[in-house]
Amino acid sequence: MSKWYQKSGPDGDVVISTRIRLARNLREYPFPNRMSSEQRAEVEEKVKDAVLNANQAFSSMFRCIELSSLNKEERVALVERHLASPDFISEPNHRELILSNDEEISIMVNEEDHLRIQVMKEGMQLSEVFNMADRIDTLLNERLNFAFDDELGYLTQCPTNLGTGLRASLMMHLPGLQESGVLARINANLNKLGFVLRGMYGEGSQAAGAIYQLSNQVTLGLSEKDALENLTGMARQIIRQEREARKQLREDISVQDKVARALGILGSARMLSSSEFMELISSVRLGVAEQMCKDLSLDTVNALMIEAQPASVSSAAGHSLTPQERDIRRADLVRQVLASQTK
Amino acid sequence: MLCQSCHKNTATTHIKSIVNGELTEYALCSECAKKLGYNHFFGSFADDFVGGLGSLLGGFFGGEAANESVTRCRKCGASFEEISRSGKVGCAECYRTFRNQLLPSIQRIHGTANHRGKRPGSLAMQVVKKQEIVPTPAAEPKPKTPLEEKKEALQKAIQEQNFEQAAVLRDEIREMEGKQ
Repeated sequence: MSKWYQKSGPDGDVVISTRIRLARNLREYPFPNRMSSEQRAEVEEKVKDAVLNANQAFSSMFRCIELSSLNKEERVALVERHLASPDFISEPNHRELILSNDEEISIMVNEEDHLRIQVMKEGMQLSEVFNMADRIDTLLNERLNFAFDDELGYLTQCPTNLGTGLRASLMMHLPGLQESGVLARINANLNKLGFVLRGMYGEGSQAAGAIYQLSNQVTLGLSEKDALENLTGMARQIIRQEREARKQLREDISVQDKVARALGILGSARMLSSSEFMELISSVRLGVAEQMCKDLSLDTVNALMIEAQPASVSSAAGHSLTPQERDIRRADLVRQVLASQTK
Repeated sequence: MLCQSCHKNTATTHIKSIVNGELTEYALCSECAKKLGYNHFFGSFADDFVGGLGSLLGGFFGGEAANESVTRCRKCGASFEEISRSGKVGCAECYRTFRNQLLPSIQRIHGTANHRGKRPGSLAMQVVKKQEIVPTPAAEPKPKTPLEEKKEALQKAIQEQNFEQAAVLRDEIREMEGKQ
């Protein structure tokens, strides 16, 4: 079964994926920061029971993963596939990940809130993804008593999530805007309107691979519908500007050269560090989206961007690797994939 | 601790992140956190209290250990001082117990304290539709205040992707709400 991160979707030249997260808590238990381990275990059982007994068609889609049963690489690989948060895996005890077989739906149990219901799909599909999350929430609510207040909405451990508990995010590839240096200005405007644009990978000021995440910040006082419409409006604007910026890049011989060299190195290197890989694959992604590399598809590039992440390489190997072994395996993987696509 | 990005200012925000396959926690000053897209727009909830109510109360009572009469949530036992120090509310009941102390911050974070979204037992999009089709007495048209008019104009500007105007409106709304 192909997973969401192995495909490209609507507006896939710019938008890699859409994610919706709903924060929910059980009324009868304290929030996770004040729970005893007995209470954590009880919440785990209640949520599992609600998912596995909701209805047969729904329940059969899921498997439950006790976080403490995974090794370190496997846990980090969940974050690399965007199925869990760094916070969630930092303390594995009494934490459970309920995951759908296609990995589009993941429910984190006992993260910052009792439940974090998360749905992801490829490309820009905000309403589809939201409707799915909404239905799951409604279904689980039949068996779980969610903490809710007439004025404050769904109650959450951190007041920044009160109200809808909804965080909608778009993962975007923005090499054009990063190159033209306008992202800081765009971000300043977005902040005033209650949105944030943040680098997805790496530390420091330049986002590795030019991959950014656009999300809403305000959850109280706006309906889900308004929040999603506003985010769509913002995203449309950014997509238009990115496409505009790429028009110039496409004609630039130094950019064409960079794309072709990136493809050459990825196709023949024997060792690739994570940061070198991200830089090169970003150039190749731009080339594929702008029809400069006709043999490759965005599906292939999207899948590689996840599968060549450090912990994903290690967990695919099945045993821990030294940094050098990992760089060798990453280069092997990339060479094989490119060789099978480009003939 | 110094900010790990600029190495100049004191770090106030701690972020867990995966860097090169390792779970890493790094510390940023508010300036760099803002630049990198963390916690701005409203700042962290805990910070909101550190310079405000939290430290004020702490100073006034000389720390709660010395004070037996401090109010605690009857369900989870959290005190307001603990909530403001950690930025984490203890349980659903805390929102009732400490409502008056929490409201100013909630309003500062979100600009309002009136939930307008989904309610348990229905789908979010249905909630919106129901309200549109069957106006309840409370939803009958009332003369609009200038603030409401501005807010509508803001929604419209955002939908029309007129972001310059939207930014101006947003600032004006902020100012009007500040005066109320």
